[in-house]
Amino acid sequence: MSALTFTLKKIPQQRVDMSPLVCQLLKDKTVAEIAAITLHSGKAKLRVDTLFDITGSDTENIVIANSMNKLDYIGKGLQAGNLTVEGNAGHYVAMQMQAEANITVTGNVEMFAACEMQAGLLTIQGDAGDFLGGALIGNKKGMRGGTVLIKGNVGARAGDHMRRGIILVEGNAGDYCGSRMTAGTIAIMGTTGKYIGYAMRRGTILLWKKPKLMATFNDCGSHTLAFLALLFNSFANLDSKFSDSDNSFNSIQRYAGDLAEIGRGEILVKL
Amino acid sequence: MIINGVSIDDTFAEAFPMKATRIIITAHNPKWAMISAQAMTGFATSVIACGCEAGIERILTPNETPDGRDGVSVLIFAMGGKGLAKQLETRAGQCVLTSPTSALFAGIEGEKQIPLGKNLRYFGDGFQTSKLIAGKRYWRIPVMDGEFLTEATTAQVGAIGGGNFLVLAESQAQALTACEAAIEVMRTITGVIMPFPGGVVRSGSKVGSKYKALMASTNDAFCPTLKGITNTQLSPEIESVMEIVIDGLTKTAIDEAMRVGIQAVCDLGADTGIQRISAGNYGGKLGPHHFHLREIMQ
Repeated sequence: MSALTFTLKKIPQQRVDMSPLVCQLLKDKTVAEIAAITLHSGKAKLRVDTLFDITGSDTENIVIANSMNKLDYIGKGLQAGNLTVEGNAGHYVAMQMQAEANITVTGNVEMFAACEMQAGLLTIQGDAGDFLGGALIGNKKGMRGGTVLIKGNVGARAGDHMRRGIILVEGNAGDYCGSRMTAGTIAIMGTTGKYIGYAMRRGTILLWKKPKLMATFNDCGSHTLAFLALLFNSFANLDSKFSDSDNSFNSIQRYAGDLAEIGRGEILVKL
Repeated sequence: MIINGVSIDDTFAEAFPMKATRIIITAHNPKWAMISAQAMTGFATSVIACGCEAGIERILTPNETPDGRDGVSVLIFAMGGKGLAKQLETRAGQCVLTSPTSALFAGIEGEKQIPLGKNLRYFGDGFQTSKLIAGKRYWRIPVMDGEFLTEATTAQVGAIGGGNFLVLAESQAQALTACEAAIEVMRTITGVIMPFPGGVVRSGSKVGSKYKALMASTNDAFCPTLKGITNTQLSPEIESVMEIVIDGLTKTAIDEAMRVGIQAVCDLGADTGIQRISAGNYGGKLGPHHFHLREIMQ
């Protein structure tokens, strides 16, 4: 049984809400029933088969081919299975994803990827926009579980309001990385922008390169931390630079903050 | 049954159900991992008065530990889950948390979870940090030598306590030598501990006492100085009896430990003064698990 594949026929005029096309909602449906599902696009409702060519039938493995950045909410609330996006994706990829599901995007994604994500693995081969792993505007609980791996760069406010889980970025991060974090771990191999850890309460930001820190982060000295060995071991199965033992370390410089908040967060910089 | 001149009694060891857990202690080097483990397993020879029975199961290489440092695995046994949890927490807090460079991890999987570092975290006075890594929760507690890392919980599993055998010899020195040989090989078996000092107990007990306050008292049938005045189990030439008690995670592990231990004693032979191997058999009053010596040695 081959993967259920949706191949985009042409660039849609308006953005498309892709949230109905997840494994658990398509289970036990025939191709004809899937083709008749309607997707919101602007103020219009479009049948799936007007936007996509449909092939395959395995609803546990979904492929969105020829994808582009007008397709929003891909994998929203995904509860199980694998979803692959060939190309770019729009906003809200993997929003509120649950359980041990997998989403892979071969291109770039727009804002709010992994927004309020609860579990699973999101892999983005390209870059991610602002508010990666954040909360919906007005909400106070961002990503609360799972792992997000970004092979490119991320925009501003990655991990905003993050509560749990791990964000791994092989490239660079924009401004306000880890802003308002409540807990969880963000690891950035590249450079970071201004105001890193802004208003973070708890949680860990792990850096390979020394950032420009705000005055509200205090130097707590250099240390060797045992938990880092466990953390790096947990990356062993990822297809990523993070699984390379040459990139692991346990000697760090520890900065505690944000002291304008409760100051229980930390920025750990590789020594 | 006679092995190398040593008589194996047609009897059985009686053992009883317990609750147990395994934990892993790591440290900067093997010396400090062992010091921490020894402190944690101190005063844990018998549930009669210690609250638990605990011992070092084996030494772990860095490849076998969660944090890649040298370590020691420890088994702790108690009569019930509540007692086990209390002893574990107290001992972890006073003996491992306090031990320089130590870290503490669960060493066994199971459905029933009991606190390991879950409550010790409050020692951090609000500066403690939680990390959820690969589905397991850890606590990082700031301490004066750096950070104490501990897994939040470990598993509680069903286990068996009180497997045993007795070594009956012509002298005290001969009994001790035989027991030392047995303990050396029994410590190579995974899943068991011999909780008494050096693995050997010289004051084996029977259930009950003439004194109402005591639940156990000296096993007079095996006391050589009482041969003439009690219902003795000893022949005239036997002058010393020592016992090896085994707690194990499974019956199979205890069987194997008893087999290799008894074999090591028998390998010394009757010429070295070892006369018999017997076992603590209390007529079914003690527990449902019976380890028949002759079946084990077949």
